[in-house]
Amino acid sequence: MTRNYFEFFDLPHRLEIDLKDLEKRFYALSRRHHPDLHARKSAPERAEAEEATAILNDAYRTLRDPIQRAGYLLRLEGFDVGEQTTKDVPPELLEEVFELNMALEDADAPQIEAACQKFEAMREEIDTLIEQTFACWDTGRDRETLATLRGFLNRRKYISNLIAKANVPDRV
Amino acid sequence: MFQIEFENQGTVVGIDLGTTNSLVAYMNVTAPDVIPGEDGDKLVPSVVSVGPGGEIIVGNAARQELIDHPDRTIYSVKRLMGHGIADVRDELKLFPFQIAEDSESVIRVKLGDKTFTPPEVSAFILRQLKKNAEAALGEPVTKAVITVPAYFNDAQRQATRDAGRLAGLEVLRLVNEPTAAALAYGLDKRQEGIIAVYDLGGGTFDISILKLQEGIFEVLATNGDTHLGGDDIDNRLLRIALEDLQSEWGEDLSHIGEAVQTLRRDVIRAKESLSFLPVAHIEFEWHGKHYHREIARELFEGLIKDIVERTLGPCRNCMKDAGVTPEQIDEVVMVGGSTRIPMVRGAVEVLFRAKPHTELNPDEVVALGAAVQAGILSGTVENQLLLDVTPLSLGIEIYGGVVSKIIHRNSTIPASASESFTTGVDGQTNVLIHVVQGERELAKDCRSLARFDLKDIPPMPAGMARIEVRFLIDANGILNVTARDARTGKEHSVDVTPSHGLTLEQVEAMYQASIDHAEEDLEAAQVAQARVEADRILLAIDKARRNDAWSGLATEERRQIEDAIRQLQSVYHTDDHHAIAAKIDVLNQSTHHLAENMMNTAVSSALKGTKI
Repeated sequence: MTRNYFEFFDLPHRLEIDLKDLEKRFYALSRRHHPDLHARKSAPERAEAEEATAILNDAYRTLRDPIQRAGYLLRLEGFDVGEQTTKDVPPELLEEVFELNMALEDADAPQIEAACQKFEAMREEIDTLIEQTFACWDTGRDRETLATLRGFLNRRKYISNLIAKANVPDRV
Repeated sequence: MFQIEFENQGTVVGIDLGTTNSLVAYMNVTAPDVIPGEDGDKLVPSVVSVGPGGEIIVGNAARQELIDHPDRTIYSVKRLMGHGIADVRDELKLFPFQIAEDSESVIRVKLGDKTFTPPEVSAFILRQLKKNAEAALGEPVTKAVITVPAYFNDAQRQATRDAGRLAGLEVLRLVNEPTAAALAYGLDKRQEGIIAVYDLGGGTFDISILKLQEGIFEVLATNGDTHLGGDDIDNRLLRIALEDLQSEWGEDLSHIGEAVQTLRRDVIRAKESLSFLPVAHIEFEWHGKHYHREIARELFEGLIKDIVERTLGPCRNCMKDAGVTPEQIDEVVMVGGSTRIPMVRGAVEVLFRAKPHTELNPDEVVALGAAVQAGILSGTVENQLLLDVTPLSLGIEIYGGVVSKIIHRNSTIPASASESFTTGVDGQTNVLIHVVQGERELAKDCRSLARFDLKDIPPMPAGMARIEVRFLIDANGILNVTARDARTGKEHSVDVTPSHGLTLEQVEAMYQASIDHAEEDLEAAQVAQARVEADRILLAIDKARRNDAWSGLATEERRQIEDAIRQLQSVYHTDDHHAIAAKIDVLNQSTHHLAENMMNTAVSSALKGTKI
């Protein structure tokens, strides 16, 4: 990573972001870097425009999504995210995961649907918790907050995987 | 004096390389304009025929060949672009093409006794469009923007770019067809809004949802089916007509190319009239026998209902991916000839709850948009900018044949991702990376894109090597891969084997082989250019005759000019651009004094009008 995404947008390292403002910055930077607007320049200049725009697009994609933004900031702050194995079932979810696996095994559509809804509700709950943590970090800059945030993100990822597993369209 | 000097930047043309028809357009000062062919037709049918002497026939002339010599003629070649033989086996049952024996990862089509790859066939069409543009613009055309279906994968995009290269065109940008259509509608005038573009062409279906704000067209999501289009509707009608003939005449005509092509033409006529009449007729003559069938719109709609419905699933998924509801969509744009079918329009209206735009000709709108994009690239169109997305996720195959996605679909392009690779056993010197495109979990269910071999890794214990690979999907939607040794920081070589495409070397060899044709084309362009210049000077002299300066010339001088005009006219219609240029020079010499006189008259009349 050559440049920090926050710096790329000329933004402070904050987790709460005004999306309308971010979009405005994205459009302005696109007008500066986009390869279409450098098509008549030399080959190295065009390659540079392509490269800058790729980073801009990657940065925008990351920062506009709160979950990706949180993961990115954690990595910047030296935390490992998503490396933790998701094979171990969090104890508080044992029962639900067992139910989902049973339903999947029996291809019991209503049961799968019910399990999915339960997990989706859980994910929404976590999303709220995550957003609450954002304000906490922005004001306090406390590493404890980041550790909590990482816990939430891992849990969210685990639940998302379960939902994806239940929703595989080509499941036989 | 009469030669207007202008800096020749070379016009960048916009090309819609369609399944059924192809068009070329350019920015005519402030608005895009389609350039017609020699026959005056704006649509060049995407049909290519190889004559008995090996000569290439393209367009309307080739369409007749389709009936007279189906074994030497090909249509809808776009459906074969970027495909291997296994991909299109089912489809080929309905197409009368002869596939050469050695077709595997790249299809080779037999036309007469020659074989061609789909990019070569497409290049013939492009070459024709290039010629049409050169004749109209009076200058060589070497740069183009070419449109592709939004849902085209990497191999299909590369095949299109290869076709451009083979036709002697520098492809400045591949633009997605629905996005181009949005540009053509000039919807930026409405400042802000969400636009859906529904594009049902001859062979492909695309749906794109865009957000428009301050001249920026940001594609939010795209979806589609690269094997769904008007051809499928034709095949339905064709099938029932063939069944009729089988039962009425007791003859199976489905293996007689000439009969099938004639019948295809006749059912297409009936299909087209059903768009504005409640009943149409299929009329078919074959060896003195006559077949007639009445088709009511109701029956036709029953026949194509499932095809129309197949387009709605991608539309719903696209809205979901874009995060919009039907109520949020402000405008719907219709593209492609098949959107003339009332049932298609009705279905779109119901789904998006908005009356679709049909003001622009659905056959021309993509080419017009391509010309606008050409204008953006050459700087003549300001303030507008397209931000497009990649239609399919990019992934690499990991253990157990599972796909690890590295760039997700609907990511704005250019987009990039970096991955680190290492060796699995001691002393291993190369790592093979398999890149796929698609949404499925397993690599075998996705589209294989290419295999990249990272070679010449210095031997060391397993896991010690660290090669950083950067995947970049460029603004054309085409993947570029670079690798760097993370320990030394040195660029690492990447050896690419495309799964369904031509290698750089193959394209280069084909291009070299086609240079002969290219020279002929250049010649034609130079002749056209010389004639435009001749027109310019002849016109200027005509105007000068009414000027006072003309009467101020000596009789001898006037005689010389008249003589030079006659000389120029005598070579004007030859194909010798050197001769035309030489006569233009003679004429120019003879008008020196006239030019001086005119200048003086202009100055004196300017002085007269000035108050001192």
